[in-house]
Amino acid sequence: MGRTIMTVDDSASARQMVSFTLQDAGYEVVEAKDGQDALGKLDSSLGMIITDLNMPNMDGIELIRNIRGKAEFKFLPIVMLTTESQEEKKKEGKQAGATGWIVKPFKPPQILGVVQKLLK
Amino acid sequence: MTDMEQMQQAFYNEAKELLPELEEALLELEQNPGDPDLVHRVFRALHTLKGSGIMFGFQEVGDLAHELETAFDRVRNGEFEADKAFLDAALRGKDHIHALLYSPEEVDPSEARNVRSRLETLLADKGAGKPAGSSEDKDASEEQTLDTGRHVYRVRFKPPHNIFATGTDPLSLVRELADLGDSYVIAHTENIPWLEDLDPEACFVWWDVILTTNQGEEAIRDVFIFVEDESELSVEAIDQGKVSEEEEEPSKKLGEILLERGDVSQEDLQRALESQQKLGEILIEIGVASPEQVQSALAEQQAVQQTARPKKESETESSIRVPAGKLDRLVNLVGELVIGQTRLAQVAAEKDDPTLTSISEELERLSDELRDNALGLRMTPIGSSFGTYRRVVRDLSAQKGKDIHMVTQGAETELDKTVIEQLNDPLVHLLRNSIDHGIEEPEERRSAGKPQQGTVTLAAEQAGGSVIISIRDDGRGMDAEAIRSKAVRKGLIAESSELSERQILNLIFEPGFSTSEEVTDISGRGVGMDVVKKNIDALRGSVEVTSEPGRGSTITVTLPLTLAIIDGLQVRVGEEYYIVPLSAVNECVELTSEEKNKNRAGRLIPLRESLVPYIRLRELFHVDGSTPDIEQVVLVASREATVGLAVDEVIGQQQTVIKNLGRIYRDVRGISGATIKGDGGIALIIDVDPLVRDVARAEAEALE
Repeated sequence: MGRTIMTVDDSASARQMVSFTLQDAGYEVVEAKDGQDALGKLDSSLGMIITDLNMPNMDGIELIRNIRGKAEFKFLPIVMLTTESQEEKKKEGKQAGATGWIVKPFKPPQILGVVQKLLK
Repeated sequence: MTDMEQMQQAFYNEAKELLPELEEALLELEQNPGDPDLVHRVFRALHTLKGSGIMFGFQEVGDLAHELETAFDRVRNGEFEADKAFLDAALRGKDHIHALLYSPEEVDPSEARNVRSRLETLLADKGAGKPAGSSEDKDASEEQTLDTGRHVYRVRFKPPHNIFATGTDPLSLVRELADLGDSYVIAHTENIPWLEDLDPEACFVWWDVILTTNQGEEAIRDVFIFVEDESELSVEAIDQGKVSEEEEEPSKKLGEILLERGDVSQEDLQRALESQQKLGEILIEIGVASPEQVQSALAEQQAVQQTARPKKESETESSIRVPAGKLDRLVNLVGELVIGQTRLAQVAAEKDDPTLTSISEELERLSDELRDNALGLRMTPIGSSFGTYRRVVRDLSAQKGKDIHMVTQGAETELDKTVIEQLNDPLVHLLRNSIDHGIEEPEERRSAGKPQQGTVTLAAEQAGGSVIISIRDDGRGMDAEAIRSKAVRKGLIAESSELSERQILNLIFEPGFSTSEEVTDISGRGVGMDVVKKNIDALRGSVEVTSEPGRGSTITVTLPLTLAIIDGLQVRVGEEYYIVPLSAVNECVELTSEEKNKNRAGRLIPLRESLVPYIRLRELFHVDGSTPDIEQVVLVASREATVGLAVDEVIGQQQTVIKNLGRIYRDVRGISGATIKGDGGIALIIDVDPLVRDVARAEAEALE
């Protein structure tokens, strides 16, 4: 699996935050602005996806369900961005097949920690 | 623009949308108090401000947004209603955030505090108390890392069958866990179904990991943070942080008692034990435990036992600097204690009083341990001095126009600090020799088909009670013939003497010998190898050289681990007592008068298939009196040979505290020091190496 990571977020600043952090650490990054966009950009070079949950068009949960439905991406690590107040969402995401989560707000080392843990 | 500035710019833009949105929602909330949709809008705006603010380095913005958010969380939970006063405070907070972002130079530094205290008062009035989890508290708790010490944990991890479906690789979690410390991983495979029933996308394996780590339970659970809810996970500290007395000093086992009473012999016991089946095997056999379960339990047992010791060490790992003088005094005192204990042991043996004997034995055990500990304090890794040597090699090779690479090995080898210090001069000299005379000029190396870069290896290793330091170069090696003819010229050996190649090479350590034909400014200043040897001898060590012409030379320095206390064998000759270092003793044999009278060339005793030369200490040290009919011969070995030392009586093993002889006696051949015996008398310590050499040489001459 490649070292390319996709960040899915409707907030440009949050996307950029993730991108810069990962690029600084030497990873390739693909950005997508919502679930729909992300599905269109799925690629076999992807090693991992980091997605926000609240997004227009297609939200994170829906995106995870869709990805898990594709044989090629069945075992791809997917990390969702949640907040402390979204305990229910987190459960839903897990059920949809999310591998892990990062609680917002986060700092660069936290993202890198999770990426290093899950990306192979 | 830097990355951070770019990101901050993105945040400025985003906040420009969020802040009006927040303001609008707050104002509407004033009209429709408690409207859940509006509360939610406020909440979301604050949440993003908090998150992105902290991420992009606007800590103050983040903190304030966090506090507002916490307060609104209470509103959302219906704990209290957002009235006008509260909304005023919230709007003030929003304005302050705006100011912090867009006009930082006009910010009133006390404003944040004002908003905060205003919020607190309002919340307190409502009976809701201080906003929980204010950011300061949180940061403090995050930064507090608890040093929990080294513990053994039993971690049992049973992932759900469908774990792969969430993109998690359970094995990578096990690996991550194992990386936290010393671990022993047991995979339980008994749940794996037969191949035809096997779902290849399901996980049937589970793991027990016995982990010895100084990380807390939190760190262990963190590994499984994403799968904790679905998996069966148990983390248990199994060493309880201490080892009880009983475990350290287990009561005697049945076999040991029988053995002590002489009721059974060691062999009988061994035979009986071999026929005995181990509990684990029995359990597996009767089918109540799987081999994995037994293996796992055994690993746990071992891990707990092993941590008991490292724990003691890790407590002292927070090191204390102590003047060397204090350590010397401590070692001296321990030496005196050992002498006192030896005397007590002797008295106890004479009195034959069981109470006294048991006290003496107890004291002996303690003083042994104290001795080892006290001596251990002085041990330092030799690697601390490697840096200096590296520098020497670097400077010197540059000066000589040679291309030399230095390799060091065994930096962790421990040696008495004094020894390391005193080694400095000889080792530097040996390195200089290798660079100066050993390694060839780059062109010469090239034409000899060697890599242009020469290599000097400095290696240290521990072997039994000694430390062996070797300096190896891949240079031109030594010419035995040239050394021999030079030794003859200098009158060190006779023209006719027959020496082995090793003996010839080691002539370079004789006083008055120098291999350097030309006098270089580095190692040819009259300070020869004989000085190196003298320095090493002073440390009770030995030095030897081996060489392969064209391939390089190796100089090996062997040193005792410590200078202060050794195990010795006490022997008697007439009224005199001597100590032979036990590390050199091979065995003791009897020399009967019958054997003595056999006419052999030189003094030889038969030992199995061979004859071994011996000398009488009585004659060597001119002790009065006559030899008994049956003498004892202590066979001592050095690298070169084994010889016998004939004495009147072998008394026994004794801990020997080495006392230096006065300066006048320092160079007496065959004696390296003295010690005080159990009865207060004095015994001289035999310096084995030169004696062996003398005897071997005398023997060789006698044979001629």
